[in-house]
Amino acid sequence: MTTDQSALPSPAPGNFAGRRARRRAMAVGGFLITLFLTFLGLLAITFFIGRVIPIDPVLAVVGDRATQAQYDAAKIAMGLDRPLYEQFFTYVVNVFSGDLGRSVSTGRAVADDLSRFFPATFEMATLGILIGVALGVPLGVTAAARQGSWLDQAIRVVGLLGYSVPAFWLGLVGLALFYARLRWVGGPGRLDIFYDGLVSPVTGMILIDSLLAGEIDIFWNAVWHIILPASVLGFFSLAYIARMTRSFMLDQLSQEFVTTARVKGVPEQVVIWRHAFNPIRVPLITVIGLSYAGLLEGSVMIETVFSWPGIGNYLTTALLNADMNAVLGSTLVIGAVFIVINKVSDVLYRVLDPRAR
Amino acid sequence: MTTRDWLLADSPTSRWQANAGRAYRVFTALLRNPLSVLGGVIILVLLLTALFAPWIAPFSPTGQSLADRLLPPSGEHWMGTDELGRDIFSRVVWGSQITLTIVLLVALISAPLGLLIGAISGYFGGWVDKILMGFTDIFLSLPKLILALAFVAALGPGINNAIIAIAITSWPAYARIARAETLTIRNAEYISAVQLAGAGPIRVIVQHILPLCTSSMIIRVTLDMAGVILTAAGLGFIGLGAQPPLPEWGAMISRGRTFILDQWWVATMPGFAIIIVSLGFCFLGDGLRDVLDPKSEGKS
Amino acid sequence: MSTPLLEVENLRVSFPTHSGRVEVVKGLSFTLGRERLGIVGESGSGKSMTGRSILKLIRKPGEVTADKLRFEGIDILDQNEKQMRAIRGARISMVMQDPKFSLNPVMTVGEQIAEALVTHQKLGRKEVQQRILDMLTAVRINDPERVAKLYPHEVSGGMGQRIMIAMMLIPEPELLIADEPTSALDVSVQAQVLDIIDDLVTRKGMGLILISHDLALVSRYCDRILVMNAGRVVEECAARELDKAQHPYTRGLLAAMPVIDETRDELPVLDRTQWAGT
Ligand SMILES: Nc1ncnc2c1ncn2[C@@H]1O[C@H](COP(=O)(O)OP(=O)(O)OP(=O)(O)O)[C@@H](O)[C@H]1O
Ligand SMILES: [Mg+2]
Repeated sequence: MTTDQSALPSPAPGNFAGRRARRRAMAVGGFLITLFLTFLGLLAITFFIGRVIPIDPVLAVVGDRATQAQYDAAKIAMGLDRPLYEQFFTYVVNVFSGDLGRSVSTGRAVADDLSRFFPATFEMATLGILIGVALGVPLGVTAAARQGSWLDQAIRVVGLLGYSVPAFWLGLVGLALFYARLRWVGGPGRLDIFYDGLVSPVTGMILIDSLLAGEIDIFWNAVWHIILPASVLGFFSLAYIARMTRSFMLDQLSQEFVTTARVKGVPEQVVIWRHAFNPIRVPLITVIGLSYAGLLEGSVMIETVFSWPGIGNYLTTALLNADMNAVLGSTLVIGAVFIVINKVSDVLYRVLDPRAR
Repeated sequence: MTTRDWLLADSPTSRWQANAGRAYRVFTALLRNPLSVLGGVIILVLLLTALFAPWIAPFSPTGQSLADRLLPPSGEHWMGTDELGRDIFSRVVWGSQITLTIVLLVALISAPLGLLIGAISGYFGGWVDKILMGFTDIFLSLPKLILALAFVAALGPGINNAIIAIAITSWPAYARIARAETLTIRNAEYISAVQLAGAGPIRVIVQHILPLCTSSMIIRVTLDMAGVILTAAGLGFIGLGAQPPLPEWGAMISRGRTFILDQWWVATMPGFAIIIVSLGFCFLGDGLRDVLDPKSEGKS
Repeated sequence: MSTPLLEVENLRVSFPTHSGRVEVVKGLSFTLGRERLGIVGESGSGKSMTGRSILKLIRKPGEVTADKLRFEGIDILDQNEKQMRAIRGARISMVMQDPKFSLNPVMTVGEQIAEALVTHQKLGRKEVQQRILDMLTAVRINDPERVAKLYPHEVSGGMGQRIMIAMMLIPEPELLIADEPTSALDVSVQAQVLDIIDDLVTRKGMGLILISHDLALVSRYCDRILVMNAGRVVEECAARELDKAQHPYTRGLLAAMPVIDETRDELPVLDRTQWAGT
């Protein structure tokens, strides 16, 4: 962790506010530029994957059952007779205007498909990160406060399991145990079959839509279904967050100002939470952001297991059908969300920490 | 003079002796940490299993026997049988070869690639550094798994393409490390001495800079191996990695999905193999880091 | 004479290392009344560890033993954590060595001082605020209202030191341990800060343990002096009689001190061979 206590003494007051505002404006500008460049890099990579690697990109897009006429039309439409840099430019313009091409398996525009499937993934990953934060942070703090205890050892092992258990496997085992055997949770899908299609999508997130429609039964049924996949995702973020929290906390607890607090006679709980934990809230935001982004990625693996109609499921179906437009579209959307979360948590760090202001 | 004295000599007489002595010290320090010993043992077992698979596995990994379909674990079939009557334990044993191959090849492709890019970037600095690191940072801020999936989709399913895709997405972290290390030693006196003696950049990088990056690289590569195994298994699970009838662990879990509610062992058993091997790399990596880089203890 | 403020007998502090347990304080003994005691010694001689063990603040792998460690008749080593918390800050407090690292970087100065007070006394918001401002004024900080709202990285080293002193004096302890309260400061500020401590300590009739590596400084502000080396007391004397000190280490330290009308070209360096093995 980078707790830089050797911060410089404060500059003289005076023109302080003005300079601070200008510096912040410059920081925001620089942030937008790196964001844009990173996104352009992502586009370059997807372009490379879609147009350069395949021996015949046209075939990859129209599929091998297309007629010769369809093939030729697609070739012209994709601009493959043009030079590469021009193709890339067109590609970037298309993406920024929301055109991701058409999916051969669903026959719809990829952008439409993605906006339809995204809410389900978003809902699950968000619940997952809430579980991860709610459990991971206290566990990490407790582990550090009782360094070396059995609880600390257990949390260490959980942390490493988070790096070693395949998400799809944990989902399957969870289904076998908590659904098939114990009946504690609902099975695959977002709702029981007879509830399907009863609430009209507003946000696309069933937990919210059912509440908006006042359908309490459907809400609880949705909770019953989402709880297992969200917990599986939550486990991975819990493992990561607890591990990082523990390591940050150990760093803090060995600092002199923590001893100062003890010298004052402050109770141990206050020492831990107010003095050791408060300074790490900001770096923890970055960790949570990273973990959240990781969950979006992890959801790709478990959505197939839970028949969850989200982007992950859409992507895996597209992968198996070699539906390149859909694959690259999903990659772009997940990648973009990933980049934004990454960079925003980075910026939050700098805005929220009094030492960096 | 015993071997041990030779290894622990305070003033080694050759570079080879110095390296051997250092390796010996790392090794003895690792032995003091029970978890890294456990990790080492797991990886050793993986190696031996892969090497001696034909002798360890009691059945053929592909031999079907429809009469023995979906048998639960028993004395004869330790992990039960799958839907084609194949012995799951034998398949897991043979699968270790695939896992080991993937891990080794990914490490052998991505680590040198990352090392080279990082070392060049750090050594030359200036715009070379800017471009290479800009590129690296873009890769680093993208989701690795998704990127690997997209690459495999374009390259076509199969184990070789899976390896290439994973390697392509793994090098940036190594480039960052190598660059950081290079920057700290680029301006050292002895590097200038070598340059004055007329060594060109290639010689300086290969002979003097790369060797110094190895310890931090070994830590990082070991820690990353768990992720590589998970990604490869994930590709196999989705159906883009190793193709049937290869006994790849992820693909085996995928076949077992259909029976997960009644014949739980088909999907569960290969998962344990993945977890144990990944944990082994994590334990060893953690231990190596504590020994080689004590100041970063407990961080990830 | 009534019971002394602090009695220490055969105090030992040890830490486990790669080569077994190492004692960093080896059998320290002294008693303290309501007076000013100076502890002097070079870096690493165990001064801070002595201070911390009086507050029972040596963290886990470290270990403290003593035949006697009594504060106003209370056996410190016998107290549980809860009882210790009632003593820390309220009855014994310690000015920490380096304000740059000893102040919480994400709490304002005011909040940190307030915490020292409200941990031990139930007071209204207004009253707490008033006490903080008074205390900051007492340690001669101009514009205390502004300073109370600053974060530690926004104050200078000298201010940080004075804030530290304010924080430790605000609950009005009976014994103050000041661990190198001035080592980070330049000479003119040093005297100022020590005068503040001296003034407050004499006014409130507190005991003071002043830890420093600067013999001249300590002899000016203290009644009695302990000279420590490598975890042991090598000399104990009244400050006035310092020039009669016997031990070669003290003599060495004295000889290395510049005097007003200096005639030597070069100050002698400590010759460690003379007391090696003590
Ligand atoms: N956690 C620890 N483990 C092992 N040894 C320690 C530990 N903490 C302190 N020590 C050792 O204890 C000895 C005394 O330390 P202490 O902080 O009391 O010195 P000091 O006299 O205050 O020095 P300074 O003037 O530099 O503040 C030192 O030699 C130090 O190396
Ligand atoms: Mg000290």
